[in-house]
Amino acid sequence: MTSFFSIVLAAILGLLAVASAIGFVLQRRATEPGSVATVHNLNARIRSWWIMVGVFGGAILLGDTATVILFAFLSFMALREFWTLTPSRRGDHLALFLSFFVVLPLHYVLLGTAWYGLFSIFIPVYAFLILPAVATLTGDVNEFLARSARVQWGLMLTVYSISHAPALLMLQTGTPSALLLVYLVVVVQLSDVFQYVWGKLLGKHRFSPNISPSKTLEGLFGGGASAILLGTLLYRLTPFSPLQAAAVSTVIVVAGFFGGFVLSAIKRDLNAKDWGYVIEGHGGVLDRLDSITFSAPLFFHIVRYWFTT
Amino acid sequence: MIALIRRLLVLFVRIVVGARSEWRGCTPDPTRRIYFANHNSHVDTVAVMAALPYQVRRLTHPVAARDYWGTNAFLRFIAEKGLRAVLIDRKPLPDSNPLAPVERLLEEGRSVLIFPEGTRNSSDEIAPFRSGIYRLACRFPDVDLVPIHLDNLQRILPKGSMLIVPITCTARFGKPLRVEAGEEKGAFLARARAAVIELADGGPVA
Repeated sequence: MTSFFSIVLAAILGLLAVASAIGFVLQRRATEPGSVATVHNLNARIRSWWIMVGVFGGAILLGDTATVILFAFLSFMALREFWTLTPSRRGDHLALFLSFFVVLPLHYVLLGTAWYGLFSIFIPVYAFLILPAVATLTGDVNEFLARSARVQWGLMLTVYSISHAPALLMLQTGTPSALLLVYLVVVVQLSDVFQYVWGKLLGKHRFSPNISPSKTLEGLFGGGASAILLGTLLYRLTPFSPLQAAAVSTVIVVAGFFGGFVLSAIKRDLNAKDWGYVIEGHGGVLDRLDSITFSAPLFFHIVRYWFTT
Repeated sequence: MIALIRRLLVLFVRIVVGARSEWRGCTPDPTRRIYFANHNSHVDTVAVMAALPYQVRRLTHPVAARDYWGTNAFLRFIAEKGLRAVLIDRKPLPDSNPLAPVERLLEEGRSVLIFPEGTRNSSDEIAPFRSGIYRLACRFPDVDLVPIHLDNLQRILPKGSMLIVPITCTARFGKPLRVEAGEEKGAFLARARAAVIELADGGPVA
């Protein structure tokens, strides 16, 4: 790990400390019921950020195996949240069991052993063919195509896509690959935080009330621009030049927007507000990782194609 | 030792099926109550028990069928020691009262958990309730009957499968009801069943 990484780590902890202090002051000041609720939610989010930074930072410091195991666990939680809300029938039971206990662990074993060839096709080719095949054994043809699609999308979003973040650890780029993972996570998550802050401070024009009622144009552009600026400043964590870092973080931020929108659209379709309840103030694991589902594969492929040695 | 096994069992269930609780019509309270829930899976009993806070759980006894939970030493141990269940006969001898052990617990001030559908139900519909809950309600008119709706359990462990899929289950606790003066059996059973069904889509918030 470079000394620049220590500076980034100190900056994140400093940012959290400042956020906690602001939250504390706001809590003292808030009197109207509406603002009390907002401040309460804000403080819950900040508390959860401390825990998330601790867990993620701890895994990174423990090494690659710990990091891969952490992401396997997050995928498991996300897949569980996906299926808790998504309807399934008796005929899907075996396919779901295999998703959780065979496909997910095997995919992460392929990742852990850096078998890239099979890692990249195991879910989108083999799981996609095998799971509907298994579902035919029960003879239930009701909504078969839609049911197969749900089984496949569940794995695609929560296992395959998310796993491309720890898959960065397989890549040889000349810089420590754990720093690339830190870079991705910091840019994506701060993009969400900046969008929240800009939206709360200046947000007026709703972007897409049907899908994401709280997202505003001001939040999207202000938050996106702030995250791209930050991604550019953090270029020293990566093999990129500052200009390349600006381009790559633009891709990360835009893909992150769409990840958030797609996951929200699915959530609305299922009549749910949040995916789960495990992260106080944020909802579920999938509510926090929605932007990662789209940005991780793109970032992984950009790095693998242009920056590996 | 038994207490430790109980704690581990609850922890295991919370990890596997989530076993969240949502108190919509009442608050968790260790007073004597009759809890009743829909019945889809073998996990139902443990899911409700795991969703109850410790102070309530330790005074609550699920009612379980002897013909299933009494079949071997392991199941019997889980039921009687792990869950403090009371086993009853679903096909009792004539002139015997299968609910006698349940009534005895209520007389001692304990709470019980029953599944009035009688058997695990493999369709999405909640089956008509059997009359045991009416008899308990008449025998203990001053005890609150608390409806519980369990979601997803059929998808976690459907009838006829041994494979558990770790979907999260929520136990929703509704508004307590009692048998009204002069209320007929059929009317009461329909009302109790409706109280569980009402909780299915989130239900009314008290």
